[in-house]
Amino acid sequence: MGDESAGPSPMAETLDTQTPEVEAPEPTPILHNLVLFGEVLRRLGMDVGSSNMLDLVRATEYAPLSRRADFRQAAKCILVHRKSDLPLFEEAFDVFWRRPATGETSLDLRSMGEQRRFRQPQAGPPADAGSRDSGGPGQEDDEDLADQVDLTRTYSVREVLREKNFAQFTPQEVNEAKAMMARLSWNLSNRRTRRLGPGPGNQLDLRRTLRGNLKFGGELLELSFQRRKEKPRPMVLLCDISGSMERYTRMLLHFIHTLSLPKAGGGLDRVEAFLFATRLTRITRYLSHRGVDDTVSQVSKAVPDWAGGTRIGEAVKTFNYRWLRRVAKNGAVVMVISDGWDRGEPELLAKEISRLQRSCSRLIWLNPLLGDRSYQPLTRGMQAALPYIDDFLPVHNLNSLEALGRHLSNLEPRRSIEQHYRPTAAAPEKAGEPPPAEPMTGGSQSGLPTFRHPLWGRSRSSTGPG
Amino acid sequence: MSTTINAPESIDQVQNLLRDQVYVSDRSLAVPVFLALKLRRPLFLEGEAGVGKTEIARALAEGLDTRLIRLQCYEGLDINHAVYEWNHSRQVLEIRLMEAAGAVDRERAAADLFSERFLIKRPLLQAIDEAQDKPPVLLIDELDRADEEFEGFLLELLADYQITIPELGAYRAVNPPVVIITSNRTREIHDALKRRCLYYWIDYPDYQKELQIITSRIPEAPRRLAEEVTGFIQELRQTELYKIPGVSETLDWTSALLALNQTKLDPQVIDDTLGIMLKYQDDIETVRGEAVRALLERSQNRGPRGRRRAGP
Repeated sequence: MGDESAGPSPMAETLDTQTPEVEAPEPTPILHNLVLFGEVLRRLGMDVGSSNMLDLVRATEYAPLSRRADFRQAAKCILVHRKSDLPLFEEAFDVFWRRPATGETSLDLRSMGEQRRFRQPQAGPPADAGSRDSGGPGQEDDEDLADQVDLTRTYSVREVLREKNFAQFTPQEVNEAKAMMARLSWNLSNRRTRRLGPGPGNQLDLRRTLRGNLKFGGELLELSFQRRKEKPRPMVLLCDISGSMERYTRMLLHFIHTLSLPKAGGGLDRVEAFLFATRLTRITRYLSHRGVDDTVSQVSKAVPDWAGGTRIGEAVKTFNYRWLRRVAKNGAVVMVISDGWDRGEPELLAKEISRLQRSCSRLIWLNPLLGDRSYQPLTRGMQAALPYIDDFLPVHNLNSLEALGRHLSNLEPRRSIEQHYRPTAAAPEKAGEPPPAEPMTGGSQSGLPTFRHPLWGRSRSSTGPG
Repeated sequence: MSTTINAPESIDQVQNLLRDQVYVSDRSLAVPVFLALKLRRPLFLEGEAGVGKTEIARALAEGLDTRLIRLQCYEGLDINHAVYEWNHSRQVLEIRLMEAAGAVDRERAAADLFSERFLIKRPLLQAIDEAQDKPPVLLIDELDRADEEFEGFLLELLADYQITIPELGAYRAVNPPVVIITSNRTREIHDALKRRCLYYWIDYPDYQKELQIITSRIPEAPRRLAEEVTGFIQELRQTELYKIPGVSETLDWTSALLALNQTKLDPQVIDDTLGIMLKYQDDIETVRGEAVRALLERSQNRGPRGRRRAGP
């Protein structure tokens, strides 16, 4: 197979610091190339294990390199484990295994890696000093930091901070708030799974019963029961990072990060997070970075439309079509964080939000503007979405986050059927014409931080903050 | 490593084998199937619903002339339903019989009650049972529906094809089964499991392949109808839909049209039968009426059968 097989391109060699001698054939040049190819894929960020490499070597016996298409397919099914890596593999394969005679290619393996690892942000995040100051203390040091805060600040100052709106934080306050946020512990109410485990349930566990009663000579004296196991619900977050939300974005990202920490770190463990302005970006995998600031900077690099305009409807639609069935299953709780400023079609938003609500166990909308006592959700977007929201809560300061935490660990088991059908009844009424200008600040009437939509008949805020 | 009787010895043979079972596949699928047989690795098939993932296992089992053992996954799938279960009612009965016979010896009772006589073998245990003379095809269908606990168990099983039953000891496969795992990708399967497998993404077929599938699976369909159906479905998949119709929908639709004695497509009949292709009310509303007409026109103007279009 030697004459037909393709060697690695010169580009590929440069990836390796000790340039391999490909021209002067070593005992097994093919083996060498296979290993090198695996290394290239690994550096492109693909998950290639050593057992996969062994399989690849064995596979060349059945799908020889001389049959290029077969070999490509063999390498693909062995080295690629997920659909999203397929295009990258094809590209890398073309560059690496191209015949030496083909001549120059415009593709450079190194540049491919760069593209993948350091995707260029179109616009940076709002740069504020807060992030840089806190670079030093990592996750583990937060406790210390919090202690310092305890020592140096009086109780009353911290109380003020709890009440202060995120938007008015100074960089130093951001740091203190982060430390306080890190100490919040999150809990989401459980759902019952279909899996059974031992416990005082109403299902007889015959296997354990029989085994346990052998000591009585097979007389069934002690019955063992099993019950459905419980698991925390998964959480899905959709966070608006458009221009109008800019003042809150940074704190909200910290909030999302603390939510996504593992259970032991006080987080929820199973969190899927998405950001949107004009487009939807999944950021779940960036959340696993240990430091908060690391996450924030990674996220800001990955999101193309930072502080852009808002198209909530479009974003929710993309989510519904592409992600809903994959991430929002098993009774997920979905939280949308947005001020409801939408430049898109309100009809679209209403349609997609209603679908979202029907598909999750609970839809919570967090609106930072709701912290303002006089705020009225009269923007067109908010108006369109309101009838489909289960809980409408503020996120503007630390107190509101604590209240949210209480609320989440205490969710009612199931929303009423009545609410599913409310939209049709509510639509024709339209509580006042939504003015196209600023969020309404006039005419304060309700002192409650939890907003009660005028069309909601009964109180939904029993577990809300207060 | 034991060899299968009439096991294919080349990629071409795999392709022929699948074709003989009326499974239309291109060479790119034959390669991983062949490697799965040769390297004894599970084949992990991922793709949207209705693209023929399950069908491969059936075709392969029939082609290899071996048994197909199928495990349908669902949330809460546990050892009792996936691996083995003790036949409790028979055990209780046995105890009564022992009592009637007079002597219930505790030691002996335990040994008797938990012997293979009272064991119900579920798919996974069946698949690695040494009684198999030929490696069966084990289909683990829709793994994404099962929960992570089951995935963890599966990972262990696939590592050494061995199952331990506390009361009886270890079962080990003499002839490890050919394992095919499918997933609709409603969630990501854990990497550790996928790394052990050969991965293949099954996409929706292109025009030629889908036409071939219809004509080979429903030979009684007139050529022209098959072409029109394929063209329309291909166009329909370009539309923004919540759930895109798969190959099984294409086949169902073709059969339905045949049952309605249709030899060609017209907008009215498509409207009436949309429910066979689209399973969401929203999708049906998007497509019904005007859109159907536009899609039909586009599909008739496109591709190799444009010239065969009936003139106005």
